[in-house]
Amino acid sequence: MSKRHVTTTIDGEGREFLCEDWQTLLDVLRDVLMKTGTKEGCGTGDCGACSVLLDGRLVCSCLMLAAEAEGRVIETVEGMAEGDRLHPLQQHFLQEAALQCGICTPGFLVAARALLAQNPDPSEREVRFWLAGNLCRCTGYDKIVRAVLAAAAEMRGAEA
Amino acid sequence: MSEKSTEGRPLKWVGTRPVRPDGVEKVTGRARYGADFARPDMLWGHVLRSPHAHARIRRIDVRRALELDGVKAIVTGDDLPEIASEQAFVGEEPTDYRMLSQNVLARGKVGYVGHAVAAVAATTSAVAEEALRLIEVDYEILPHVLDVLSATADDAPLVHDDLCDRKGVKKNPSNIANEIEMGHGDPEAAFTNADVVVDRSFTTQAVHQGYIEPHACLAEAGPDGQVTIWCSSQGQFMVRGYTAKLLGLDLAQVRVVPAEIGGGFGGKTTVYLEPLAVALSQRSGRPVKMVMSREEVFRATGPASATRIRVKIGATKEGQFLAGEAWLDYEAGAFPGSSVAAGSMTIFAPYAFEHARSHGRDILVNKPKSAAYRAPGAPMAAFAVESVVDDLARQLEIDPIDLRLQNAAREGVQSSFGPRYKRIGFVETLQAAQEHPHYDAPLQPNQGRGVAAGMWFNAGLQSSAAVMVNADGSVSVISGNPDIGGSRASLAMMAAEEFGIEYEKVGVRIGDTASVGYNDVTGGSRVTLATGKMVVEASQEVISQLCERAAKVWDVDVKRVHWADGKAKVLDDEAIEPLGLAEIATGAARTGGPIQAIASGSVRGVGMSFGVHLCDVEVDPETGKVDVIRYTAFQDAGRAIHPSYVEGQIQGGAAQGIGWALNEEYVFDDSGRLENSGFLDYRMPVASDLPMIDAVIIEVPNPDHPYGVRGVGEAPIVPPIPAVVNALRAATGVCFSDLPVSPPRVLEALDAVS
Repeated sequence: MSKRHVTTTIDGEGREFLCEDWQTLLDVLRDVLMKTGTKEGCGTGDCGACSVLLDGRLVCSCLMLAAEAEGRVIETVEGMAEGDRLHPLQQHFLQEAALQCGICTPGFLVAARALLAQNPDPSEREVRFWLAGNLCRCTGYDKIVRAVLAAAAEMRGAEA
Repeated sequence: MSEKSTEGRPLKWVGTRPVRPDGVEKVTGRARYGADFARPDMLWGHVLRSPHAHARIRRIDVRRALELDGVKAIVTGDDLPEIASEQAFVGEEPTDYRMLSQNVLARGKVGYVGHAVAAVAATTSAVAEEALRLIEVDYEILPHVLDVLSATADDAPLVHDDLCDRKGVKKNPSNIANEIEMGHGDPEAAFTNADVVVDRSFTTQAVHQGYIEPHACLAEAGPDGQVTIWCSSQGQFMVRGYTAKLLGLDLAQVRVVPAEIGGGFGGKTTVYLEPLAVALSQRSGRPVKMVMSREEVFRATGPASATRIRVKIGATKEGQFLAGEAWLDYEAGAFPGSSVAAGSMTIFAPYAFEHARSHGRDILVNKPKSAAYRAPGAPMAAFAVESVVDDLARQLEIDPIDLRLQNAAREGVQSSFGPRYKRIGFVETLQAAQEHPHYDAPLQPNQGRGVAAGMWFNAGLQSSAAVMVNADGSVSVISGNPDIGGSRASLAMMAAEEFGIEYEKVGVRIGDTASVGYNDVTGGSRVTLATGKMVVEASQEVISQLCERAAKVWDVDVKRVHWADGKAKVLDDEAIEPLGLAEIATGAARTGGPIQAIASGSVRGVGMSFGVHLCDVEVDPETGKVDVIRYTAFQDAGRAIHPSYVEGQIQGGAAQGIGWALNEEYVFDDSGRLENSGFLDYRMPVASDLPMIDAVIIEVPNPDHPYGVRGVGEAPIVPPIPAVVNALRAATGVCFSDLPVSPPRVLEALDAVS
């Protein structure tokens, strides 16, 4: 049984990897490419910890086969900062103390980034429904929602 | 600069909200959690789990599995040492090493669906999983018991037939593993003097802590007998102690490196995988990584107990509580050790009773062994007692906060669990809730407001910390407690405050078991309180060394030197230029060498925490769905070192409690198989289920802590269940006594009324 060769772009870099047909993108990110910033909380698409962007669209990387990444553009939490300059979402998660244990944080950041890309001015309700696919057990979501709203405001201000 | 002060000293950092030291690595994906470690030549381990709730293991045949290409080692119960019965105490729930060993890997009998029977290590995860299918286990299925009532029936099948009491003496065969009783006075007699008596019974279902990170570890056993374990847990010393005990290793041979931990809430105060990974590594000679699936987390790691609780309170018509009595039955799971003791201790704790008694029973059932869950045992007890207090307020037509204020525990009151209270902030917390605009805000039809209170002891336990001055004047702090929710920030802030230096000049690291003194688990809301106290003590010792070094440089009596604003100064001679941290540190080689101190101790004076929660719900009469539409939580934090993380604890605890009240429950079929072993069917609150949770911090300083800290992490999960259920009663007029109050149950109750 030979492995499949996949060519893809991950966090702005061209990457090639070999994978089994049945391996998920999450398996390959974490165990083959050693990009462990993307987390596994359930493996069934219920917790959102493994959220990545696939050609700009929010997906659970545990529900996608690695082979499907051929020719696609993948963005993870590890590509959000530019050098040591944090993305406004990352900055506001820190300022608002929107993480406690931090295991869900990569997924929330990626999901929130996808939200703000299509809706730069979401209401609290829109943020809450968009992020309903991401579980956090520590924060009660209060500070996460505030951080996303604050980041959105800053990003709108920067563009204006 | 803050206006607040400790002993008149102005505070620069305590009470502010700096970014946590470990923040950037956590928002960039660089932080390494339990499953993020790898070693060259590493194997993957998987666990074969029982499909039966209760069965005798006649035979395990691993031959076919061992023949599979890539399988390197298999362990079964026969491969682990027999462990004598011995009580361990490093967490919040009692643990017997013999039972712990049997829970980690079944011996002779399986006690629940999901109980570990064998473990395999193979070159890939897929091969290890394939090997599990090739292991043949011959089970003799035994009758099982799944709840308190059937477990305590006269003819109940026995979960264990060889139970011993705490002194190691064999007990009469029964599923009642332990019985406790506590209290004072004579409630039975006092009830006869009461104008009103409320006597109700309640049930709650097992719920899971629901941390998002599944259990994971990587273990490497060398040919010299040395073992290294990288894992996420609530205590690297707990993992070391338990693993060494279960495998017969010397503590000095085992090093546990703490990973970042992706949530614990009490559920990671014990071991499941680590002894298996080490045993597999010993047999294969290679590092072994093990990661649980979410389904394994649900089936095989500790839920909080399902309970049956009866509470009886008698009061005068003026509202004075005369007597309280409670009977608490908690499911331990397949091994003894539920949180019933803490439930029995907390149930009447918020109130001053002349006569109070509680009777607790720890009951074995064929379900996963229960584990600690945030304020273990208290939320279920609070559900019962605060529902009864709500009844009393209604019957007596007294404002529910007034009734609580009238009976509130305060300094000097005899607690129902023994000691007299020192300075506590329950009254102030109740008053803050009563004065808050939320309390009399108008409500719409189908809406209702509930109030409830709760307490948690907090724990001191054993802590160590090391503080070092670096050559450039920065300060390194080593803590031995995994940081689950921002404790590195609070430790750094207290150290910066002591030294009078910038927060950014303090680096805090979590040491492995070989680089810092022993610490009990991160549990009991104790790290900022207890380990923080050790950081303060070690800092003070370092500061006195710094003063001595400066005295040497100046050739003055050290009594003339004092420390302020990050500098040593000579009190009575302003002409002598003060020496800063960096200057003293740079010259340390000439004044006595490296400057550092270690503090360790058994920390007492924990300062108990009280919380009062206000909850508004709206009920949809068509579907029975309950929405929490406004929530305000008040808590005495003693002093909030970093208010954002105190608020975060309060908000997170409230959200967990709301989930416990409205949706969460383990659902078992008749065979004892958990039917909802995933996040889709085990429904924890998501962002769209909740409103903002307003956290109001009350500060009644703990007199026994240098900064007045009380533990804050656990108390906030105690009041939410009764706050929600009391609100639901206000909205519907229906008393709910069984959790969860999920839509079908609410709808059924509404239909019955109409």
